[in-house]
Amino acid sequence: MGGRDANMVLLDKNGIRCDGRKVDEPRRIMIRAGGLKNADGSAYIEFGDNKILVGVFGPRDVHPKHMSNTDTGILRVRYHMEPFSVGERKNPAPSRREIEISKVIKEALEPAVMLEKFPRTAVDVFIEVLQADGGTRCAALTAASVALADAGIPMRDMVAAIAAGKVADTVILDVNNEEDQAGQADMPIGYMPSLKKITLLQLDGVLTPEEFKKCVDVGVKGCELVYELQKKALHDKYFGNRGD
Amino acid sequence: MADRRKYVIPGDIVTSGPFRPEQNVILEGNDIISTAVGISEIYEDSVKVIPLTGKYLPKINDLVIGKVVSHTSLSWELDINSCYIGFLPAMDVFGRDFSTHADELSSKLKTGDLVAARIANFDRTRDPLITISDRDLGKIDDGILIKISPNKVPRLIGKKGSMIQMIEMATNAAVTIGQNGWVVVSCETPKGLSKAKKAIEMVNEKAHIANLTDLVKDMLDEKDES
Repeated sequence: MGGRDANMVLLDKNGIRCDGRKVDEPRRIMIRAGGLKNADGSAYIEFGDNKILVGVFGPRDVHPKHMSNTDTGILRVRYHMEPFSVGERKNPAPSRREIEISKVIKEALEPAVMLEKFPRTAVDVFIEVLQADGGTRCAALTAASVALADAGIPMRDMVAAIAAGKVADTVILDVNNEEDQAGQADMPIGYMPSLKKITLLQLDGVLTPEEFKKCVDVGVKGCELVYELQKKALHDKYFGNRGD
Repeated sequence: MADRRKYVIPGDIVTSGPFRPEQNVILEGNDIISTAVGISEIYEDSVKVIPLTGKYLPKINDLVIGKVVSHTSLSWELDINSCYIGFLPAMDVFGRDFSTHADELSSKLKTGDLVAARIANFDRTRDPLITISDRDLGKIDDGILIKISPNKVPRLIGKKGSMIQMIEMATNAAVTIGQNGWVVVSCETPKGLSKAKKAIEMVNEKAHIANLTDLVKDMLDEKDES
């Protein structure tokens, strides 16, 4: 990804966005469950130009021991970006931003997982961003939820995530990197489609109350689209007839 | 019955109405929701989901295969392919008059030994307590260890033990199946051993196929001729 077009049109008069999408159209999404042999569960997602790999371990022994909880299992999430995932080399040490996203994803998954069945254990989720192009936290959350299901962790529901936002005074679905940089607002949403509950809601930017409501509606609809793909990924792995 | 079985993933509504939620389902309002990837089964008054993935969770009275990982002066610790460590007290092996001075634990079981054991007690507050003082339990001296998914153990056993009996008959092997997904096979002939191993691995890989018994039978027969 070389130089960025300085006077890029984010939304043209026909309602087409900078990458050719319509306002309510998500990027191309591909999810695959499984793939890592040594992890208990795993998933790979391509969310537009984002490429993210997630591995889940557990339930397993907690180390260090003092972190364990006698009432319930604990969830630990590490979100990490590869040095080559962005245009300029990223220092592989965990940055302030990565630590925050790890926490945010952990808290978005916690309402879904039922770790009270496994006291004194830990479930570890490792998220590796191989290529980033805006909206990695949503893509990572989506993939992490598939990987947890693949690991057989009991869950009340899947968590699907997508961002809504505002660009050129218009509410859009699935904010990409350019729109995130130059747009007016970015609002990642994590959603449990069967229970109809929101588990992640962040907002960077300014929205009027009406725009906020519209963003939530658009985002929730987007999450339902993502959910269908999560469902397909799990069905393909467990109920498909691959090569039999 | 066939239409009552469904492929489900977490969050799927299996059914709604006055059913009793059993394994891997929760009641949410009036709906019964699956919490695992698996196959749902609806009975007259209850609903359950048979999981296709997940770790082994100890259950009282399960027969498991354990591997000794370490010991203290009072007990052994066994890896039972679960998130908890199996706890085997020395008194279970040496008897009531066990003394920490007179008896040396490593004289009976060493690190790395395989043990057929039963879960004597387990609840969420403590690690599973294991016993080997029963018939057919104890140290396993010969045989190879095969690891399969714990969720596929019922498939390997088959209806009333049909699958495993068929494998044992065809290969003359003795197979011990632990509910934790560890299986020990011993056989006098190396040919029978490798065939039994192949059959068990085949069940593990193709557990979801409907006429698996026939498939395994074909594989076992076909090797006989050559």
